[in-house]
Amino acid sequence: MSKVVPSRKNRELAEKALEKKPALGEDIDLSAYSSSAEEHRYQNEPSHLPSQEKENMLKVGITLDDRSQRAGTFVQIDRSVIHTSASQDGVEVMSITKALETYSWLEDYWWRAVSVDTDKFTAQAEVNLDNGYFIRALPGAKVVYPVQACLYIAHQNLAQKVHNVIIAEEDSEIHIITGCATKPMQASGLHIGISEFYIKRGAKLTFTMIHNWAPGVAVRPRSGAIIEENGVFLSNYVCMKPVRSVQMYPVARCVGEKAIVRFNTILVAPPGSNLDTGSRVLLDAKGSRAEIVARTITTGGTIIARGYIAGSAPDVKGHLECRGLILSERGVIHAIPELKGELAGVDLSHEAAVGKIAEEEVEYLMARGLTRDEATAMIVRGFLRVDIEGLPPELAAELRHAVEISEKELF
Amino acid sequence: MLQIQGLSVETGGKEILRGINLFIGTGETHVLFGPNGSGKTTLLMAIMGFPRYKITRGRIIFKGHDITNASLDERARLGIGMSFQRPPVVRGVKMRDMVSACLGSRDDGTAVAQLAERLNMGDLMDRDVNYGFSGGEIKRSELLQLLVQEPDLTLLDEPESGVDLVNIALIGEMINELLQKNLKRNRTRAGLIITHTGHILDYVHASKGYVLIDGTVRCERDARECLDSIKKHGYEGCATCLK
Ligand SMILES: Nc1ncnc2c1ncn2[C@@H]1O[C@H](COP(=O)(O)OP(=O)(O)O)[C@@H](O)[C@H]1O
Ligand SMILES: [Mg+2]
Repeated sequence: MSKVVPSRKNRELAEKALEKKPALGEDIDLSAYSSSAEEHRYQNEPSHLPSQEKENMLKVGITLDDRSQRAGTFVQIDRSVIHTSASQDGVEVMSITKALETYSWLEDYWWRAVSVDTDKFTAQAEVNLDNGYFIRALPGAKVVYPVQACLYIAHQNLAQKVHNVIIAEEDSEIHIITGCATKPMQASGLHIGISEFYIKRGAKLTFTMIHNWAPGVAVRPRSGAIIEENGVFLSNYVCMKPVRSVQMYPVARCVGEKAIVRFNTILVAPPGSNLDTGSRVLLDAKGSRAEIVARTITTGGTIIARGYIAGSAPDVKGHLECRGLILSERGVIHAIPELKGELAGVDLSHEAAVGKIAEEEVEYLMARGLTRDEATAMIVRGFLRVDIEGLPPELAAELRHAVEISEKELF
Repeated sequence: MLQIQGLSVETGGKEILRGINLFIGTGETHVLFGPNGSGKTTLLMAIMGFPRYKITRGRIIFKGHDITNASLDERARLGIGMSFQRPPVVRGVKMRDMVSACLGSRDDGTAVAQLAERLNMGDLMDRDVNYGFSGGEIKRSELLQLLVQEPDLTLLDEPESGVDLVNIALIGEMINELLQKNLKRNRTRAGLIITHTGHILDYVHASKGYVLIDGTVRCERDARECLDSIKKHGYEGCATCLK
């Protein structure tokens, strides 16, 4: 590792940034939230959790009763890590605090993909960290089943601050499902999640994040990924349930030749939801590629769908697709696709379309005997079905399942 | 099966069809000729019940029901089906799901798969509906949907246009199947086919032909004779022909 930032330095930077307003999205008064919560007991067997909580977790892809299809499990409730386990060789799953004690080299990864002084949220996570997860695939390991990680808020009005580090070592392959949830009737809460992804040479990391918050919860993820030569980073994000506000704009940097990044996002904003999300990719190495796909639906909420691809190396290629459906008179979708080419040899493109369902398509299906509602539902289902290239079948099924659960509630 | 009485239709604030009368008996197939822009597609859309095509006068009776005010999907469920000249692309919806939707509440997956194979649609079933389809693929996709839907009255809008000679025989064969042409008696299906070129008549037998000019039916006679006369005298000839 070339640059080692001493942790004292991080702390100083964070302290200076504690009041720093976020670049995007509404500012949040952190003092309005509680930073303490009751301890939750560690469970060797996570299936012993109350069934209501397990059910909430299941909706975001976390299965605790039957873990035979999972290579590892991490569960954090409020500030307490209540379970970690890994069941396949070559995969490590730990709390981040334990990992920092175990591996001194982890310092080299700490705040490298995300800057500690980005804003008050990153600063807060450094100064008042609760916990978070560390997941690593060892060199050459092919982790068949996904590793699941759950971040759960149970305590009323808690500001949960986590910092996750995910490392796919050289030539490894790993899939992670992160489910973020809260009690369905949670009146208030804040989730601050720092995630740093390191995809080494020839490694492939598939990361699927499913959010199921509550109408009173605000969410501020801060994520960054660094992808080395021939590395592949597939990131999927699904948020279809009511949430007060989500603002995030993860950035992936392709630093090695032929690195590949794909971001897929599926958003539904019911009335009261404010989603300001997007994906950024910096194609800094020769022959690297990016694809950003966002499908957004508003049934009354507000969505800002951002996308940014910058190409600064020869033979890079990037495509950005953002499509939005407005299913209610009051909904707003604001698509902001941006491309920046800094070299003649870059190939960047985008397509964006926002509007209501095309009447012509609805009528076409009605001419085959479907009612207007059936036709609309079919088109919306199709719209939300993103065919994600390169997604392993188990994960594709998981993702489809998550989308289908929420779809049912749309109509 | 279908009876149209004094039908006038407007779209985009313009009257396109005036005083159309038409009768198609059970088991019969009729063809509709006419120059571009004469209103052929408009007539089919109005029979099918597309809201953009407003019936200002007249009635449509289908299987004894007055469907003049029935909605598009009601008419489809009553047994009217239509193949589109330029159907829309429906992104995200797979051909397979579209065809299943045409099945309605019936359940006959194997028959669907066989039909898809016969129409060389096997490879297209996992594609988005009409997305990137060639002209010929669109025609075959429309026919597949109709064969699954099994309407009593089939409206076909230029089923042969843009189809090469090899495929036109296949299209003809499938239309015959759709219209139960193999049955010599007790046919329950009927059809109305728009054709610009008349090629389809080499494959599908039709009894009666109409020539539509400027939104009115100018000629009504044996389908073959009608085509021959158009070939000989052009549409201008039809315009002065027997009313
Ligand atoms: N939506 C519309 N708005 C205005 N005019 C239309 C519309 N649809 C069709 N027309 C007009 O109606 C006439 C008949 O069109 P059409 O029925 O498509 O003819 P055909 O199928 O015989 O070629 C044309 O003049 C066409 O421009
Ligand atoms: Mg036409």
